[in-house]
Amino acid sequence: MRARLETLGARTLDGIGALGAVAVLALQIVRMGLKPPYRLRRWVDEVLDSGVRSVLIVCLSGATVGASLSLLGYGTLSRFGAEGFLGALVGHALVRELGPVLTALLVAGRAGSAMAAEIASMVQTEQLDGLRMMSIDPVDYVITPKACSMIAVMPLLYGLFVVVALLGALYVGVDLLGVDRGQFLSSLEDALNFREHVAQGLVKALAFGVLVGLIATYRGYTSEPTSAGVSAATTGTVVTASVSILVCNYVITALWGI
Amino acid sequence: MSNLDDGEFRVYLEDVDLQRGQRTIFQGLTCGFPRGGISVVLGGSGVGKSTLLRLIGGLVRPNAGRVFVAGQDITRQSESELFRTREYLGMLFQGGALLDSLTVFDNVALPLREHTHLSEADIAGEVGRRLEAVGLSDVDDLLPGKLSGGMSRRAALARAIVTDPEIVLVDEPFSGLDPVNLRRIENLLVDLNRRLGITLVVTSHHIASTARMADQVVFLVDAQALSGSLPELLEAGDPRLMKFMAAERDADTQVAAIAPESDA
Repeated sequence: MRARLETLGARTLDGIGALGAVAVLALQIVRMGLKPPYRLRRWVDEVLDSGVRSVLIVCLSGATVGASLSLLGYGTLSRFGAEGFLGALVGHALVRELGPVLTALLVAGRAGSAMAAEIASMVQTEQLDGLRMMSIDPVDYVITPKACSMIAVMPLLYGLFVVVALLGALYVGVDLLGVDRGQFLSSLEDALNFREHVAQGLVKALAFGVLVGLIATYRGYTSEPTSAGVSAATTGTVVTASVSILVCNYVITALWGI
Repeated sequence: MSNLDDGEFRVYLEDVDLQRGQRTIFQGLTCGFPRGGISVVLGGSGVGKSTLLRLIGGLVRPNAGRVFVAGQDITRQSESELFRTREYLGMLFQGGALLDSLTVFDNVALPLREHTHLSEADIAGEVGRRLEAVGLSDVDDLLPGKLSGGMSRRAALARAIVTDPEIVLVDEPFSGLDPVNLRRIENLLVDLNRRLGITLVVTSHHIASTARMADQVVFLVDAQALSGSLPELLEAGDPRLMKFMAAERDADTQVAAIAPESDA
């Protein structure tokens, strides 16, 4: 019993310590990001790198999610003869909830884990120590451009995901199930406005971008310099980022209505 | 302390204790590395040879004691002050530690681009000169992953000296090299020291090259250091050193017996 309590206590302390360490890293990143040199070139490279890595998987998932939402929604709506509202249903679900959450989960699994693995293997092969010995701060040169790239990547991929998903939904709803194209589009247009829906999706995408960027770089940067350390950083990133995304999503959804 | 001011030692460790978890790595370690000399740090694996270099570089902080680099106590320095002290230092890591996302040229150019206002043309000239000095040509555009072990170590050496540091720390430059490449790196290091007066601190367990190049030997054993020139140390005849030398010699003779031409 006592041993269990002690383990629980030690775990809790470790957790709080890790949160503090993440906060310190976040502050360093903000400071390095605001201080010249701005390393725009490295940032753009990272945006392209993480973005391009995730484009295919985001498009594929978007198309299938949109298509199956359409199928599901049509089945229910047509019972009430309301299949004209299919556009509204699909749009609501995608823009506010599914779009940002699924995009973030996919990016965390694809680009986030790759980012953590890359940094962890740089730790393992002493590349970051090599930078330090050249009087170059690895947080400035490596971590900051990578973490900040996620903030740009996430909203862009979110937009891509929603557009592809809507196209998928449109194809299944209109071309396969025979919903009127005009009705689909006008109900979609009526149901969504920028302030309530699109802005919420964008804010979520931004927040998730910050989360994934921070978690991936933190796990990589603090990894043990061994092969096991690299794999722990990678899986740790996916698990921690996924859970944080889901929790954060609930919080934003709950707060937005108030 | 007095021998710090007259500049005899450029790097000096005083009463350093270092613990890693339960393990004591150094206890009351005191040793100095003379200005303009080649010091070789000898010791079996796991005695903390690399850790000693990391202490000097400020990558590891000791639990107690002081570490002086170029006359400054780096154990009291903040992270940003350390970055300034490290301008006196260059370090050649065992694996090279070249950034694998940059080409060899960009790797060597990196410290110049970060710390100087040289034009790209000047940087290209400087980098070319350094790469030539370590005997590497036509590898500018390659990524470090494409280089052999000896080549990437030479490229890393070019990067370590490109900003003309006063002290260069070299971690296991000879491990895993064939005899030809070993002699080549050894000659490069000796040449750096003799021609540019760079203070070298080299970790190794290779006795033959140590005997050839070392002005001073620091033998790490039982968390402490014995230092002196190699003949002096052999004269003193510490049994632990003798045992180490005998074991390494045995390994060398065994290799020589298998491949008699290898030392050519």
